[in-house]
Amino acid sequence: MAEISINLIYGDRVVPGLAAEVRGAQLWLRGEDLERATGWTFKPEGFCKGAVCIPVPPARAAEFAHGGRYNLAALAGILGQPIVADEEHRTWCVGEAAAERARTLRSLEAPDFSLPDVAGRMHSLSEYRGKKVLLVSWASW
Amino acid sequence: MDLPVWQAMYEELGAKGFVPFAVAFDSAGKVAAEPWIAAAKPAYPCVIDMRHIVAELYDMVNVPTAVWIDERGRIVRPSESAGATDAFRTLDRKTFTMPEESMKEMQAKRLAYQDAIRDWVANGAASRFALAEAEVLRRMHTPDDNQVRASANFRLGEYLHECGFPEAAQKYFDAARRLRPESWNYKRQAMSLKDPTNPLSASGPEFWNAVDELGDKKYYPPVEDI
Repeated sequence: MAEISINLIYGDRVVPGLAAEVRGAQLWLRGEDLERATGWTFKPEGFCKGAVCIPVPPARAAEFAHGGRYNLAALAGILGQPIVADEEHRTWCVGEAAAERARTLRSLEAPDFSLPDVAGRMHSLSEYRGKKVLLVSWASW
Repeated sequence: MDLPVWQAMYEELGAKGFVPFAVAFDSAGKVAAEPWIAAAKPAYPCVIDMRHIVAELYDMVNVPTAVWIDERGRIVRPSESAGATDAFRTLDRKTFTMPEESMKEMQAKRLAYQDAIRDWVANGAASRFALAEAEVLRRMHTPDDNQVRASANFRLGEYLHECGFPEAAQKYFDAARRLRPESWNYKRQAMSLKDPTNPLSASGPEFWNAVDELGDKKYYPPVEDI
């Protein structure tokens, strides 16, 4: 299977130029690329990120790890993350899992973000802690 | 566009610890949003969200949608229409006029929403509009698997559009619209990017057809207590 260079949209980051092998819907990355792009590493106990490890059923190990490469599509699958690919433009996008989104929202802690104003100056929601904030959307369209 | 309304409220209530934080869901970026911002001259934060990340974080599917966040950074009202109603649906599409009754209804809802904000700023957690946690949770919608798949498709489309592949982008916008048909943000952003030189591309025949398809369903689900 030939190696191609892909872009990966993962969370709020775009990681360009990952060397990947694509087999059908499966996306195989080298261990160091998987870690650099997603923070996940493969260990004997399964896929790990920080203190969290997700075990991989031994009978299905070949779906996740093979020849020094790891299958990001299979990892997204066990994490409940949607994965969408545009093979023509060699771009993959891994989104947030519904359960994770719900957990964040239902904590009722307002999720923080930073975005630019028209002058390019960044504003974070958390800068306004201590005030009553009306977070309100609009659009030009 | 409500930017001038939030500016007036900021002038009135800013000294009492209130601040609007306006987010433009505009994948075309500064070019699209700037004229409106220049006209409103907001003194409060007014940011541009090309990727609609705030819509995703707070589960917003339309504009104007608002979330109230208290001094501790806690959500006290989840995503809901910020004073907008379905009265706009009575617009005469030839003359661009609206029955007086609808105009009155729109104005009354906007004022009621502003009064609710005033009550919250004056009374804090004791305001009847600052909801208890259980009530926030009862009203709060969280996305299902199809809806997060819609987000991922929208994000991929937005990225491809940003990279200069507008036709490829529409394929993923279409997928996002199919997976989350209740998101007017996906629908109208896609319409707007498809025909960027037409300022009415997101409020033309395609938009009105989609509104008509709602039938008895609401474009802005009513807010129970405002």
